[in-house]
Amino acid sequence: MLQDTVKPVACEKPSPADGKQRRMRLTLQGREGVYGYLFASPVILGLLIFTVVPLFSAMYYSFTDYDLLTKANWVGFANYVRLWHDPLWYKSLSVTLLYALTSVPLGLIGSLGLALLLNREVIGVRFWRAVFYLPVVFPAAGASLIWLTMFNANNGLFNTILTFFHLPPYTWVSEPETALPSMIIFSLWGMGGSMLIWISGLRSIPTDLYDAARVDGANAWHQFWSVTLPMLSPVLLFNLIIGIISSLQIFTQAEIVTAGGPLHATFFIVLFIYQEAFQDFRMGYASAIAWMLFLLIALLTALVLRTSSNWVYYAGGDRNE
Amino acid sequence: MSKNVSGSKSFEWFTFLRLSKVLPTLLLCLLGFIFLIPVLWMLSLSLQTFQETIQNPLTLLPHSPQWGNYLQAFRDIPLLLYMGNTLTITVAVVVGSTFSAAFCAYAFARLHFRGRSLLFGMVLATLMLPPAVTLIPLYILFRDLHWINTFLPLTVPAFFGGGAFNIFLLRQFILTIPRELDEAALIDGASYWQIFLYLILPLSKPAMTVAAVMTTVATWNDFLGPLIYLNTPNHFTMALGLVSYSGNAGLYTNPQPQLLMAATVMMIAPIILLFIFAQRYIIQGIVTTGIKG
Repeated sequence: MLQDTVKPVACEKPSPADGKQRRMRLTLQGREGVYGYLFASPVILGLLIFTVVPLFSAMYYSFTDYDLLTKANWVGFANYVRLWHDPLWYKSLSVTLLYALTSVPLGLIGSLGLALLLNREVIGVRFWRAVFYLPVVFPAAGASLIWLTMFNANNGLFNTILTFFHLPPYTWVSEPETALPSMIIFSLWGMGGSMLIWISGLRSIPTDLYDAARVDGANAWHQFWSVTLPMLSPVLLFNLIIGIISSLQIFTQAEIVTAGGPLHATFFIVLFIYQEAFQDFRMGYASAIAWMLFLLIALLTALVLRTSSNWVYYAGGDRNE
Repeated sequence: MSKNVSGSKSFEWFTFLRLSKVLPTLLLCLLGFIFLIPVLWMLSLSLQTFQETIQNPLTLLPHSPQWGNYLQAFRDIPLLLYMGNTLTITVAVVVGSTFSAAFCAYAFARLHFRGRSLLFGMVLATLMLPPAVTLIPLYILFRDLHWINTFLPLTVPAFFGGGAFNIFLLRQFILTIPRELDEAALIDGASYWQIFLYLILPLSKPAMTVAAVMTTVATWNDFLGPLIYLNTPNHFTMALGLVSYSGNAGLYTNPQPQLLMAATVMMIAPIILLFIFAQRYIIQGIVTTGIKG
């Protein structure tokens, strides 16, 4: 406050040159702003046309009985009421949740194991990293056809291997009880994606932390629990969220390998949406299911983020950009 | 020889070091082999005779490789047509999304405008939005535009920002380009457009390569999009054509396994080759976007 009153007199009278400069800077900033919108215009338009408007029209359609051919009639909450009483919805919800809640943790543990193995000085790291990542870029349609032949209960590859080791054959995707576990095993083939992210997380841990731990007498096990894991917790958060979002939306593999069967044992939510919308043309009902999926993903992501402050450790006190 | 002189203690230490290197390598070989089983199985099956594929116990390795299976599969399905369709879509999507993502990324990395961080936050939020939610309204929109059974629903959206992933990747990269370069160019009287075209774009080539490779893989492998928007076989992509060949679409009835696998090999070969040669870019893409968040 005091400083304001004792300002040097010279500063109170801005010189004409000063004002000119400020005006010029303003116009420069204005020009920059215009160009900013210009350069961002594709994504502004794209967001509106392909995301925001469809998102809300999906909500609108979920209150109608639109069937692609006749005019959409407003039916209020009828689709949601129907969803509430639809045993298929509960089936697909539980199948999808069970799939996500098993395949994500198993995939995260497995991929962390692979990352720890590859983070050591072993022969041919680059080669093995490529081998484990290959399934991620492998076209899902082709992979599904291969796994379908391997799952064959009669003379498939998996049962041949089991018989070779004198183990009882498994029914894989041919029986309702074993179809979902089979799809989870299939999903684990793609754990290379999170493995890569674990690896880059491991590389960013400063080695002096391990040196300090070793000086304090920590063995490899202690080092893992007290240094590696806390330092990796932001990566775990990232992998967990990506894993939940993508596993709740499984479609291609299930459509090709099981088509939702047997007896809806692998009837994932997106399969339900696809079937309602593009096979039975119940766009309204399908939109209601799609919105429920959206809410489910938002809810689970928010839940993970909300609890993350308790278990995520950010080195340097705050989340670094 | 001189190493042995230093006594038994250092010798133990030496064997321990060797063991600690050998065990993980053996474990990696085993796990790597397990991960490769589906690929090896596909190759083996694609070279078997029909008799070999149906006998029990199954044939692990073909007695004599049947290269003719590939020719037969090639004759059975219009593979070149499917490949041409996939290539057309992929090229359009890759060109559209890398350039439009660079365009928008420049705005987010360099230009200050009101609502920039809000807009960028919204772009990133679309990464979490399930495509299934917008699928139905987009289908209705494209139907009203009479775009169903054309490549337009699959390609046109790529020109509107090129996807959140690519924008984020390119923005992170442009942020690493020294700002002094822009400022010097501005003082020399260059327009923002010129700075983007002659400075940012050429310097962003590494990141644009990463974006292009990742987009190629995603577009080539896409199944849901073509499944919904392409109805007639002359518009099918590789993924859709392959699945229809497997009998899913009712166009073909149960092809023999060895022919289906031969077709699968031909469908996945381009993307696997791309992966082998451009692996560096894919891994770089994952690492920059995954961690530098």
